Amino acid sequence: MRPDITYTEAVREALDFCLSDDENVFVVGEGVPDPKRIFNTTAGLLEKYGPQRIMDMPLSENALTGMCIGSGLVGMRPVMIHQRTDFAYLAFDQIINNAAKWNFMFNGQGQVPMVIRMMIGRGWGQGPQHSSSPQALFSHIPGLKVVMPSRPYDAKGMLIQAIEDNGPVIFLEHRWLHHMKEAVPEEPFREPLGKARIVRSGNSLTLAAFSYSVIEATKIADAFKKHGIEIETIDMRSASPMDHQTVAASVRKTGRLLVLDTSWITCGVAAELVARVSEEAFKELKAPPARVALPDLHAPTSPTLSKEFYPTPQGIGEKILKTLSIETSSDKGSLILNDLTTDEPLDVPFLDFKGPF
Amino acid sequence: MPIQIPEQVKPYYEMLRIRLVEEALAERYSEQEMRCPMHLCIGQEAVPVGVCSALKTSDMVFGNHRSHGYYLAKGGDLNKMTAEIYGKVDGCCGGRGGSMHLIDLDVNFMGCTPIVAGTVPLGLGTGLASKLRGNDQITVVFFGDGCFEEGVVHESFNYAALMELPVIFVCENNEYSVYTNLESRQPDRPMNKIAEAHGWDVGSGNGNDLNQVAKITQQAVSRIKAHGRPQFLEFDTYRWLEHCGPNEDDHLDYRPADQVASWKKKCPVLQMQTQLLSEKSISQEELDSYRQSILEEIELSFNFAKASPFPSPESLYQFSNTNPS
Repeated sequence: MRPDITYTEAVREALDFCLSDDENVFVVGEGVPDPKRIFNTTAGLLEKYGPQRIMDMPLSENALTGMCIGSGLVGMRPVMIHQRTDFAYLAFDQIINNAAKWNFMFNGQGQVPMVIRMMIGRGWGQGPQHSSSPQALFSHIPGLKVVMPSRPYDAKGMLIQAIEDNGPVIFLEHRWLHHMKEAVPEEPFREPLGKARIVRSGNSLTLAAFSYSVIEATKIADAFKKHGIEIETIDMRSASPMDHQTVAASVRKTGRLLVLDTSWITCGVAAELVARVSEEAFKELKAPPARVALPDLHAPTSPTLSKEFYPTPQGIGEKILKTLSIETSSDKGSLILNDLTTDEPLDVPFLDFKGPF
Repeated sequence: MPIQIPEQVKPYYEMLRIRLVEEALAERYSEQEMRCPMHLCIGQEAVPVGVCSALKTSDMVFGNHRSHGYYLAKGGDLNKMTAEIYGKVDGCCGGRGGSMHLIDLDVNFMGCTPIVAGTVPLGLGTGLASKLRGNDQITVVFFGDGCFEEGVVHESFNYAALMELPVIFVCENNEYSVYTNLESRQPDRPMNKIAEAHGWDVGSGNGNDLNQVAKITQQAVSRIKAHGRPQFLEFDTYRWLEHCGPNEDDHLDYRPADQVASWKKKCPVLQMQTQLLSEKSISQEELDSYRQSILEEIELSFNFAKASPFPSPESLYQFSNTNPS
């Protein structure tokens, strides 16, 4: 067994495999072959595959998205990369009007086998235009798959699956996941798009989470477990298609649901999941389903504002206690919240992070 | 082509065919069976036919909202186009697209869509694929003067020049975007110079002169074969009817009456016909037989479209990419 690898390395391995496996695959993005290599996710690829397949690009997000779509219509498999999700908004015309609609409007005569990797930023002053989390925006568009793996294993398996998929896939990577490590097979493998994963089982509450929220959910579930409360934690993995069936099945067992998301609360994927589960398992719900997501404001830069903006473990814990009908002032409630209380800043991914991103 | 046409007369025949097809569509539009927006290119037939006469079947073409001419000139199937406009299952998009969404991959008509400049960057991608694969396929994107107001066109000029892509952008300058004239939308500067400043080769000419359009396009094709640089061609022409729909709209007074009249005198079909007759390349009898043959073909295409069934409701769910539930 080889040593654990990072999410970054898992992404790189997936690209490497797909480039070696299919000569129609190419990678394009601002900075793809530059010295930083997209946070090292494209390291070594230029040397191995050459500048015709590992391409930098002009700052023309919309035209280059169209270029990728056009190349896909004649059988290429482009992987486009935006170091910040916010840059992709310049390409909404091509993503929505062409990538998402082409195969449908031409009755199956023009598949767009394209992956767009985008990075969700957070903290260290990323601010309003370097940190948004657009899973709901893209999930609203029929024809786009939207995936957001939270662990290195899924990053590799789902990126290979996404590149081999015959339709457009929005692949969202949270910057706070890139350094995380786990065991990942060296050989290529595929993980399905649109399937949630039960991280741990439990019977008192279903905690469904998207992207980096899964990391928060796991820590919180640990704290509750110490006090005898077993929370079923689900990594949604995909926003579209959304695997609400797995969550509904869990809720039939637990009777309670809390959804964690990395984006704005209004019209977000958490709202969609709550709605779907309520439609499917309303009678099994013992408490109103709840959400923890970002307030309807833009991400601030200053650390004090950041702390107010992002959800805290204590805040999530309180929401869980409320759903479980446990008073926060009760012995158990206070103990759990005490365990969740932390002085860790909310604007860096780990304590000795020295920035910038 | 149902009857034998001499090689030198074929482009004229193609123009006449497009004209007669669109006149037939316009005539029947009020029957309410063609339930989609329709942008006719009557008066502009020389550009599609002239450009496509310089292309091979393997070359790829993207169109825009006004694409009947490009589709037919590239060799697209008339029955499938008519059925598409009728929303029928035998249409080229199975009834999903209508007049603004034509496609015929058998002749590499890659598709057309009504977002202004929407298909322009797609041509970069097919061009890049041709270049990476080392084949000789050229990509042509047709667009109008309004595209110069879309940012993606300028991005595309930059990228195609940077990558030396085998693409030809053809701008049909008909001076109007819906009811708005060019002067209200753009400063007085040559569009050609924009392309030229990006390092493109350029050509321009009278878009109502079929021979000129064909010759300018052939030169552009030769330059691509010689050195691979992208080519920009601008042709002046004029739309006779309303922006969208089968009627004239000159009563709205958005175009000077003398302008409309002077362009109608420069009818591309009639000019070519006069030339062919005067140089005795064809006789009046032959001309009449072409017209008759085309009208019969058109009649059959309407019969085909009307006989074709509507798509089944269940077929809506095909090609979703994401599963609706």
